[in-house]
Amino acid sequence: MSDDWRPSCSLEALQLRAAVLHDIRAYFYVQNVLEVETPILCRSIGTDPYLDFFATSMGDTALYLQTSPEFSMKRLLAAGSGAIYQITKSFRQGESGRYHNPEFTMLEWYRVGFNLADLMDDVERLLVPLLRKSNFLESVQRLSYVDVFTQYTGLNPLEFSVLEYQQVAENLGFVDASTLCGNDHALWLDFLFSQCVQKKIAKNHLCLIYNYPACLPSLARLNKDNCLLVERVEVFIDGVEIGNGYFELTDAVEQEARFEQEILQRERNKALAVEKDTRFLAALKSGLADCSGIAIGVDRLLMILGKKEKIDEVLTFPIVNA
Amino acid sequence: MASYSTSEFKAGMKIIMDSDPCAIIENEFVKPGKGQAFNRVKIRNLKNGRVIERTFKSGESVEAADVIDLDMQYLYNDGEFFHFMDPESFEQYQANASAVEDSKLWLKDQDMCIMTLWNDVPISVTPPNFVELTVTETDPGLKGDTSGGGGKPATMETGVVVRVPLFVQIGELLKIDTRTGEYVSRAKA
Repeated sequence: MSDDWRPSCSLEALQLRAAVLHDIRAYFYVQNVLEVETPILCRSIGTDPYLDFFATSMGDTALYLQTSPEFSMKRLLAAGSGAIYQITKSFRQGESGRYHNPEFTMLEWYRVGFNLADLMDDVERLLVPLLRKSNFLESVQRLSYVDVFTQYTGLNPLEFSVLEYQQVAENLGFVDASTLCGNDHALWLDFLFSQCVQKKIAKNHLCLIYNYPACLPSLARLNKDNCLLVERVEVFIDGVEIGNGYFELTDAVEQEARFEQEILQRERNKALAVEKDTRFLAALKSGLADCSGIAIGVDRLLMILGKKEKIDEVLTFPIVNA
Repeated sequence: MASYSTSEFKAGMKIIMDSDPCAIIENEFVKPGKGQAFNRVKIRNLKNGRVIERTFKSGESVEAADVIDLDMQYLYNDGEFFHFMDPESFEQYQANASAVEDSKLWLKDQDMCIMTLWNDVPISVTPPNFVELTVTETDPGLKGDTSGGGGKPATMETGVVVRVPLFVQIGELLKIDTRTGEYVSRAKA
């Protein structure tokens, strides 16, 4: 908490935000992608096992501040909106740090008929000019998660042997990794990727990482040639994750099964109980066209473009003095 | 027992780690994609000063350490214990040699210092950044040499040996930086 009334960002950071938002809107206008607004305060919330949300109520009705606009946007897509984007506030309980503020600005868009490769092209078309303007970009890389994970750890992320993973973590100096990750393959992958791989991703490069292991939670569809992989991409700049996208899962039955799995996982994690979003599932059942979508953290993008060390330097009033 | 959740972690917070009191130096929140969030923290063990890195799952709790820093006046050493007094409450504390460690090299009677208490027991003593000590032994100075080049060893009243300029004489009061152990200047007596 801070009593300081003044904004934590400079005037120059405010101007950069306005300019970047303008450029983003100009890009989607030219691409004929429709800007939409969906509610931030909803009757349902996602089942993500590792996302905590803010809950409130209206009379007896529980309401949730959205952790992303994904479900509402997919309901619009199912209703035949065509390609859509939105720039909106999203909320995540407990996420606070150099790269996190519990309330943040998200750019999310969906392209009907795009597969993951098309989506990655789209991300490049949007981000490369922005990065060039800030004299930032050296090159764009597209790397497979499996390859990059093996390159820096020597492990195959699709096969799990707790002893092998432990050995590698100990050799890299992470003595507490095994108490932390136990027998949980996904946890080991998240730990090793964030600690050993992510930081090594080249400086001044826009890096698109695809071919994610299916055991990591997502709303991506399975790779049709290898059921151990999902059609997911994450966007990194300078080792900082700024976006997460999928060739979207449109199968309502599989979606419902994943919800149920995640609800159980939340119970195991002792996270707050949630219910399946039935309106979202009904939208999938009515038919969602093949599409790809991605969410980009606008504040982190601004940090990179403005060469700032902390997210607070691009926010007017971060949570400490909001 | 008081505890802190990882979401409360910040630099300076005192926690128990491996049954020792530690201070958080740096806290980094790491959230991989859709996965489990971690807090990667750098912590200093307050008993031995060693810095280690640890990772917690976000949302975990750790035991808080009842650690406080107090301004204390150093009184005397009885051969086994070092005695200090809180100048506000006049309460006296005795610290053993392992808590006082190298700080004893800089402390003379009546000097102020910072004492760290864990569950009300002294675990470390930090001298002020600068102390003034009298030279008790050094080679005779060279008359007229004020350049300070070269220098010579001088034993101070607490027994510590400091490198001083050649012109410094026995009996002079010197200002010493305790963090580097270096001579700063002559002190105005």
